[in-house]
Amino acid sequence: MKKSKQFWLFIIAAVLVYAVVQFFIANGTMNQFYSNTFIFIAINIILAVSLHLVIGITGQFSIGHAGFLAVGAYISAIVTMKLDLPFIVAIIVGGMVAALAGLIVGIPSLRLKGDYLAIATLGFAEIIRIVFLNIDYVGGAAGMQVSHLTTWTYAFVCLVITIIVIVNFTNSRHGIAAISVRENEIASDAMGINTTYYKVAAFAIGSFFAGVAGALYSHNFYIIQPSQFGFLKSFDILIFVVLGGLGSLSGAVLSAILLTVVSTYLQGYPETRMIIYSLVLILVMLYRPKGLMGTMEITDYFKLWRTPKGGDQHGK
Amino acid sequence: MENKPLLEVKNAGIQFGGLKAVQNLNIKLNQGELVGLIGPNGAGKTTSFNLLTGVYVPTEGDILFNGERINGLQPFKVTRKGISRTFQNIRLFNELTVLDNVKVAYHSLATHTMLSSILRLPSHFKGEREMEEKALEFLRIFKLEKYKDELAKNLPYGQQRRLEIARALAAGPQLLLLDEPAAGMNPQETHDLMNLIGFVREKFDLTILLIEHDMNLVMGVCERIYVLDHGQLLAEGSPEEIRNHPKVIEAYLGEEVHDDNA
Amino acid sequence: MEWVQQLINGISLGSIYALIALGYTMVYGIIKLINFAHGDVFMVGSFIGFYSITVFNLGFFPALIISMAACALFGVIIERIAYKRLRNATRIAALITAIGVSLLIEYGVIYIRGAQPEAYPDVFSNRSFAFLGAQISIQSILILSVSVVLMILLQFIVHKTKTGKAMRAVSHDTEAAKLMGINVDNTISATFAIGSALAGAAGVIFGVYYTKIDPLMGVIPGVKAFVAAVLGGIGIIPGAMVGGLVLGVVETVVSALGFSLWRDAAAFVILILILIFRPSGIFGKNTREKV
Repeated sequence: MKKSKQFWLFIIAAVLVYAVVQFFIANGTMNQFYSNTFIFIAINIILAVSLHLVIGITGQFSIGHAGFLAVGAYISAIVTMKLDLPFIVAIIVGGMVAALAGLIVGIPSLRLKGDYLAIATLGFAEIIRIVFLNIDYVGGAAGMQVSHLTTWTYAFVCLVITIIVIVNFTNSRHGIAAISVRENEIASDAMGINTTYYKVAAFAIGSFFAGVAGALYSHNFYIIQPSQFGFLKSFDILIFVVLGGLGSLSGAVLSAILLTVVSTYLQGYPETRMIIYSLVLILVMLYRPKGLMGTMEITDYFKLWRTPKGGDQHGK
Repeated sequence: MENKPLLEVKNAGIQFGGLKAVQNLNIKLNQGELVGLIGPNGAGKTTSFNLLTGVYVPTEGDILFNGERINGLQPFKVTRKGISRTFQNIRLFNELTVLDNVKVAYHSLATHTMLSSILRLPSHFKGEREMEEKALEFLRIFKLEKYKDELAKNLPYGQQRRLEIARALAAGPQLLLLDEPAAGMNPQETHDLMNLIGFVREKFDLTILLIEHDMNLVMGVCERIYVLDHGQLLAEGSPEEIRNHPKVIEAYLGEEVHDDNA
Repeated sequence: MEWVQQLINGISLGSIYALIALGYTMVYGIIKLINFAHGDVFMVGSFIGFYSITVFNLGFFPALIISMAACALFGVIIERIAYKRLRNATRIAALITAIGVSLLIEYGVIYIRGAQPEAYPDVFSNRSFAFLGAQISIQSILILSVSVVLMILLQFIVHKTKTGKAMRAVSHDTEAAKLMGINVDNTISATFAIGSALAGAAGVIFGVYYTKIDPLMGVIPGVKAFVAAVLGGIGIIPGAMVGGLVLGVVETVVSALGFSLWRDAAAFVILILILIFRPSGIFGKNTREKV
């Protein structure tokens, strides 16, 4: 009952945010630059939340998320540009093919843990990028022309669906099972959890939404190139999750918003932006390795706030 | 059916590299027994547990549970067959609440699918409610109810041990394997724990295999005892028989002398 | 004899990978950290060599030695400032920090001097001689000899000196080494110093051999050297040498077969195959988590 109240509050807030931004875009108060920034924020939140499922919830350290973003971007571009199908189809197909790529990466990676897994996912992402680089059908290194189809409405609807799916997954026996894999894989196995299944599921769902983000991403530019999906893009996504707090969805959302705004303002100074990013990464790891919010969610803070001192666990 | 053992280990063993960690392990547990597995440090007790639960695949021999071969099954499948365990070094899900720790064990008994949870279908709510009710009931039995919203890592040590046993039981086992459940507990806690083990054994009609260092405890509660040394069975018998078994005395005295030197 | 030529190219490339891989493997062996910034130390070394030659008019060998010394210092500074606090952190936290340090060095260098590439000056005459029908430049012979000498030197340090013995002891069992009176902090710093010096040397050699250097040049060779380290068995010094050479030859063969655009993918495919089928590498032993 309490959970469903939270859900409706979320929906109302989402509709309000959407309506206000849409209003300003429609009546021209907000120019192209700002509306693009909002679309970018939505895309980055989708990426952050989808990687949060893999790293934060299931504890599988994937640092090659840009690979799935690339799959979604290219596949969706093929669907709209080459097959002349509607954008909505492109988004879904992009997500599904990315999920398939997630399965292909996830299954062999299951034997790996921690930093070895990280390196393998980085390698997979790079292989994906090199594959696109070598396919003339999608333009090779020169890239591929894509129409500008992404609107604030598309971006926002995808964002809301992503968050609902991942929150609903997390707050269920499946989410608890995934967290148990993160917390102690051996014990999780001993409790009858099919750890393999949940790792692969996390990879597939996470990749699906990365693919969706890819579709929005490619149709927000006029051209996509393999060089947009290298290590740096993966690290960009990683930093959202790490800064926000490994295991905190709202942390990932907040840091995606914050860092997107920061990097938009630093667009003209890319090296300053990267220096700030890298310093943030280092300082957070050295002084607050669990990220800004740890595994806490925003709603937990409200709870603490309502029960003074946060000591009384029963006072709901 | 009456005579058929619940668990039968036949000549099981495992090698790591060239090293035989456990060999010729033969254990028979009948329904409802409480049996101890003892031995000096490094004798292969925990390795034996790992063989039984599928963490290690035996390189020789067979393990039969309810007459069915279970060696080679993955741990989660062994658990679903009805063997669950605790760990020597507590392995709780630290960042989950006490309630959620127990819920994890119920996972394989619940049926609502991932899709129904994502779409929040009625089966999700029903399934989650049932899991929560069962988990709460368990916490009540173990007097852990008041901690239900506490993170597992914040529990006092003795309560963590209790929670681990509660979690193992929630998985619905016929056979419970306890790896040094009293390690690090004071005499009062140990006493309470033993009462608890006796109680759950009655209530859930369990068969229990127990690794323990505390000799008084093992001798006090177990009906039968297996003694391991250097990866091999040294003796088997009632507490009385084991107490007077020359080889056992030798193995333990040997260890004590060794300890004094070290 | 096209193939002899390709083999020599492969070995030259491989010896550069091997020099970088040694630093990865030594650091991983001792503190279980994938030092992502290692490739950037290589880049810094290359630039130090470049400025030594162009600005201070030094020859190849003085430039090599200056670069190695400066990189050794640089490596120790990185370790002391960023990694030392992470000794008890999770390996993931350490990995992310290393990624951060890597980005910081790359973009710090771009910030200071810009992103434009530099052309490495010719330090050797471009003479070459024929061998088995292949044209072999004096340059590649020198590069190979320098690499071989450095590797022999490393073997000597690791096996015959007190520091080397301490390094092996710490990587085997840090706690026990501490009890034996080994200064663990200094030993770790020494490991970084030696590994970074080798990366610096690799940077200068790379510059001389491939003539073009830029601030992001360390990223790909860095990752590939890591692949080489994993291939040979991470933490194992001869493994890194062999892994580097194998990788260099494989890449050259892939290019020679006409798949030069796929060359970079070859390394990653090897990486993934190795991680999946033999994560301990060619020379490694399998270990498993204790339950």
